[in-house]
Amino acid sequence: MEWEVVIGLEIHAQLATKSKIFSGSSTAFGADANTQASLVDLGLPGVLPVFNEEALAMAVKFGTAIDAEIGKVSVFDRKNYFYPDSPKGYQTTQLHHPIVGMGHIDIDLEDGTSRRINVTRAHLEEDAGKSLHEDFSGMSGIDLNRAGTPLIEIVSEPEIRNAKEAVAYFKKMHSIVTYLGICDGNLSQGSMRCDCNVSLRPKGQEEFGTRTEIKNVNSFRFVEQAINVEIERQRDILEDGGSITQETRLFDANKMETRSMRSKEVANDYRYFPCPDLLPVVIDDDYIEAIRKTLPELPDQKKQRLMDEQGLSEYDAGVLTASRELAAYFEDVAVKCSDYKLAANWVMGELSAALNKNEVEIADSPISADNLGSMIARIKDDTISGKGAKSVFQALWEQGKGDQKGDNVDALIESLGLKQVSDSGAIEGIVDDVLANNDGQVQNYINAEPEKRGKMIGFFVGQVMKASKGSANPGMVNKVLKEKLDAKC
Amino acid sequence: MALDRSDVKSIADLARLAISDENIDKYSTELSSILDLVEQMNAVNTDGVQPLAHPTDAVQRLRADVVTESNNREKYMANAPAQEEGLFLVPKVVE
Repeated sequence: MEWEVVIGLEIHAQLATKSKIFSGSSTAFGADANTQASLVDLGLPGVLPVFNEEALAMAVKFGTAIDAEIGKVSVFDRKNYFYPDSPKGYQTTQLHHPIVGMGHIDIDLEDGTSRRINVTRAHLEEDAGKSLHEDFSGMSGIDLNRAGTPLIEIVSEPEIRNAKEAVAYFKKMHSIVTYLGICDGNLSQGSMRCDCNVSLRPKGQEEFGTRTEIKNVNSFRFVEQAINVEIERQRDILEDGGSITQETRLFDANKMETRSMRSKEVANDYRYFPCPDLLPVVIDDDYIEAIRKTLPELPDQKKQRLMDEQGLSEYDAGVLTASRELAAYFEDVAVKCSDYKLAANWVMGELSAALNKNEVEIADSPISADNLGSMIARIKDDTISGKGAKSVFQALWEQGKGDQKGDNVDALIESLGLKQVSDSGAIEGIVDDVLANNDGQVQNYINAEPEKRGKMIGFFVGQVMKASKGSANPGMVNKVLKEKLDAKC
Repeated sequence: MALDRSDVKSIADLARLAISDENIDKYSTELSSILDLVEQMNAVNTDGVQPLAHPTDAVQRLRADVVTESNNREKYMANAPAQEEGLFLVPKVVE
């Protein structure tokens, strides 16, 4: 039977506020355990949460960026469950009246097309603490530093049809929240996590099949792998005539499998009710419009601008705008050298290759955008050749790895002796010498048919470059040679 | 609305309350009568009445995004029954 895959993603993104959603504790990553857990975060009796205005602003910003309806009245609810990393015994979240309603994003597919995926909603909630299950005398250790960190949970419509689309969706969301500056996007630190809902149905059937939810997938690669192994698992069961159990599963990347998370299947009963400690959050059109005005250029808009105004190809513009850091770096380079195409070639070519090879992120690039831009500007003004630029690039990379700031680009070109001779007098002198020393070749040139002379000039160029130890500007050498030789004909 | 014994057991389980077997019938009668009381409100016509999340007209106040809390771990952990390396220790919870 032919099956259709139905996927919906729930993405949790930590909001980049300084303090927690309902308390004045720091949200900084990596602090000693429980040093950033206040009385509110610990869920002690008699405390009251107070909502962080920045968390609200960031959620609204996200909503405006995905063209969503914004909830002018949003309400916090309690989702009740017992787990030690949630000391209050409930999670404060938004069930019926989320801050962000229906919106949409366009995902970029590998064949170069894009597809619109609707976003059902995004709501504000608090993160839980962390349980550490290493051996503490047979007990679990609880660190509540993360408890109360603001999250938005972004819920997609079940419109995603395969693992690659799911990755494209996750990547685009990552790109949007980092462009907006509302989430640092650090997947390895858990700043963004993804729950994947997967089900299969016979092709053509309207009704959804039973779904499973793969929890807490924290990399783009794992999203693709987890979904693909889960699709396989479900297909095998269904084709054997079995049925799928609705359950929560975990992805194990080592064993390349998903497995059920709960030993005994108790239907979740979260007994949601409106949180009596928090009043409805009310915002008006002026508030929303003021935030809409602060929206930065988003990845899709930036890509379009680079294509329309700077003549970059769709592929190049897509690559360069996929991450906020790369896009910012690229534009700094391009503005500095005022040549977007040349800047694109260097950033996507030499620089990306070096970053990949050395496993360095663009944000930690040993070569600053300013230096790369200056170097490209020197190619443009013929100070250095393309070949010489590679040596300058290498030198900049090496000196950037050290603590010292090193030489600026011009000093480096000077000290490496890569400055091209573009002085026409000097080049003419060398050319004259070469022509005088190669009389036979000059005679051949003069006697040759005009259409064959173009090829023959290569010999003289080579001699001049050799005589100048590679420092002569090849473009000028060509021009001067042609003038002088043609004058003899 | 009548709650039977299994309803009472599952409610107790959700609330992590230990109840003795002989009290279950008593709880089911009492909880059922509370639900009956609430049930009477269904007789009221609520057409055109907005759902109410809170009894007052007040709206949520916001606080500035400023870190105001300092590290008080030692004080806050003073009452913890078990701790190690700055962590609260709880019975093992691996599922």
